[in-house]
Amino acid sequence: MKTTLAQFALFVSVSFAAGDWPQFRGPSGNGVVNDPALPTTLEAQNIQWAIDLPGRGLSSPIIIGDRVFVTCSSGPKQDRLHVICFNAKDGTKRWERQFAATGRTMSHDKTAVAAPTPASDGERVFAIFSSNDLVCLDLEGNLIWLRGLTLDYPNASNSLGMSSSLAVTDGVLITMVENDSESFTAGLDVKTGVNRWKLDRPKMANWTSPVLLQSPGQPTLAILQSGKGISAVEPKTGRTLWQYTNGASTIPSSTVSDGVLFVPSHGTTALEPLRDGQPPKQLWRSAQLKPGTASAVVLNRRVFTLNEAGVLTAGDAADGTRLWQLRLKGPFSATPVATGSHLYCVNEKGLLQVVDTESSQGNVVSELDLKQTILSTPSISRGAVYVRSDGKLWKLGKS
Amino acid sequence: MKCPIAFLLLLAAILAVMPPNSAAATALSRSLETIRAVGPEGKGNAAASEAWKKISNENGKALVPILKSMNGANDLALNWLRAAVDTIAAQELKSGKSLPVPALEAFLKDTQNNPQARRLAYEWIARANPAAAERLIAGMTDDPGRELRRDAVQRKMDEAMSAHKAGRSNDAAMRFQSILPAARDVDQVETIARQLKQLGQPVELARVFGWVSEWKVIGPFDSPKGAGFDKVYPPEQGIDLNAEYDGKNGKVRWQEVQARGDRGLVDLNKPCGALKEVAGYAYAEFNAETARAVELRLGCKNAWKVWLNGKFLFGRDEYHRGMEIDQYRMAGALKSGQNTILVKICQNEQVEDWTKEWEFQLRITDSLGSPIASAKK
Repeated sequence: MKTTLAQFALFVSVSFAAGDWPQFRGPSGNGVVNDPALPTTLEAQNIQWAIDLPGRGLSSPIIIGDRVFVTCSSGPKQDRLHVICFNAKDGTKRWERQFAATGRTMSHDKTAVAAPTPASDGERVFAIFSSNDLVCLDLEGNLIWLRGLTLDYPNASNSLGMSSSLAVTDGVLITMVENDSESFTAGLDVKTGVNRWKLDRPKMANWTSPVLLQSPGQPTLAILQSGKGISAVEPKTGRTLWQYTNGASTIPSSTVSDGVLFVPSHGTTALEPLRDGQPPKQLWRSAQLKPGTASAVVLNRRVFTLNEAGVLTAGDAADGTRLWQLRLKGPFSATPVATGSHLYCVNEKGLLQVVDTESSQGNVVSELDLKQTILSTPSISRGAVYVRSDGKLWKLGKS
Repeated sequence: MKCPIAFLLLLAAILAVMPPNSAAATALSRSLETIRAVGPEGKGNAAASEAWKKISNENGKALVPILKSMNGANDLALNWLRAAVDTIAAQELKSGKSLPVPALEAFLKDTQNNPQARRLAYEWIARANPAAAERLIAGMTDDPGRELRRDAVQRKMDEAMSAHKAGRSNDAAMRFQSILPAARDVDQVETIARQLKQLGQPVELARVFGWVSEWKVIGPFDSPKGAGFDKVYPPEQGIDLNAEYDGKNGKVRWQEVQARGDRGLVDLNKPCGALKEVAGYAYAEFNAETARAVELRLGCKNAWKVWLNGKFLFGRDEYHRGMEIDQYRMAGALKSGQNTILVKICQNEQVEDWTKEWEFQLRITDSLGSPIASAKK
């Protein structure tokens, strides 16, 4: 798989390296990387290490160089927040920082306070929690800044839990704090945590994450999704350039591939941004490509959606035509990740299924039972898949 | 330096453990004060970051001064300082040095110190000297710090559970009964009550939680499309328990309602009709022997507002996302004598089965969660 233009643009706008997995769904925010060293079958002998975590979490691990960063929460009220750095090589802990939640920690049992995935610009790690506590540390664990967004904006919370992950570009950290009440998205200065901009957003619960859209010859746009649709904003200013107002899901997020935005709207709607901030052109819409909790993956010009029951649907990314369906063992909350022609799908029971998407109807080529509830999206880095549950973090790679 | 008194207090704490003429002591106190100055929306972050780097390079002697600087610090500063303590202590242990356990123990034992800071001291004592930590926690069932108290209570609960499992029912019941008054965390209270019920000694949970139970309720007022949350209906303009107002379906009057069940729920569906797109009010009087600071702790899955003695405390326009005991904690000030509590509670347009509830629960506690009962008139 070739590095796409969008991936290239991200590499130059922040300073993480090839092989890093710096945010939710990887460097391009779409779950896809080129990692030929990653085994295409994963079985018990592929567990390189597994370590216990001190608390709960649905956030994905992020990987910068030889460091794996994970967030957790612990305590009877889940109000102790952890940011932990492990050595990728052997899973030993390099450092851990703990914080006390300053916002509300109530959430639905199925989610957790450490639901949002952290992000990194290669120099710093940014971690946010459902309590809206947001911390910035350098790679050595030195505290650079912190914010208590519920202290600042007291009605910014969701009693079911918040889960929007972070995105970082152009020196701005984008955090969606969208909910039924004091709903906003903010762009914070990565060096100080101070607001560069704050945008009022629809007053409705929203668990989606921002994605970064890079189109040929166009500046990077931050894509904010909500039940109302899509807003494309300038990361540096928060200025809204265009909107798509035909509604969108509030759980799975949009996916970017080769400059096209695949939005979970009326199934999946493919949008092609136009120049100079003009509203995007709708390429196609397919009700047959309807994601459940997991976001869509676009791999080798095909769109893959996974519903809660475990039906994986492949569609043609050019026109949305449904190509095939494959029933996996569900249910699923985690979004699949991919490299080459393989999807790595972990279900809620901890069964990691690897799907070869090049076979005519898709084919499960391996299964690995990790025997724990897993709702977290895996991460890929340098020949390994990292998966976490509430209690464990695994590294899976060559045996 | 905005607060010379705070600076001098910090300096005095630092000089107690560092050389009195030390420029390092002065530098440390200035760094701590810089961190304590952080505020809303990232205020002071840049300076705090520089100060934090300096502090985190200190050795174990700085631990207690940093912990002391947590006294009176705001929630943000507490997290900055916590991270510094963790960084220094972890580095000391990693490099084979010992932590100043006696000084940490003295800090822990002083219950005037910040509860989070005391807990942090305890956790590092536990890492450096687990036996000392066990000894210390055993006597903390009445500690003013929630986390320390919880751990101490849990140990007593575990002992009672062991007695129960061993078939020593009387011993188990006695142990559970003796620890119940110390428990503050809802899950521990409910676990103890469950065990006592099994042992034939049911507990009146509503009394343990201390719900405000006597209410007067009025409604429904029309609230189309959620507009009633911001609309000022007559009860917000003044309480007249004999008044009659225009409601959604005719005249409405105040009705007496009793909080029900272990969870002290005040249900508006019954007195006001199981309606949608409505607003209602609940009013209670609470007598305090003396003026004091309290917390009003509310659980509610509807949109709500709360006033204490006519002063608005907080409101939230979220519907049907869940409810739990002590979901919202609001600081308030009781005056000596009669106080009034007014709760506005709104119901939205949703019609699903899980959106029928139009109810809340409220109790008055201290900052630890100890319920405060209304004094007799």
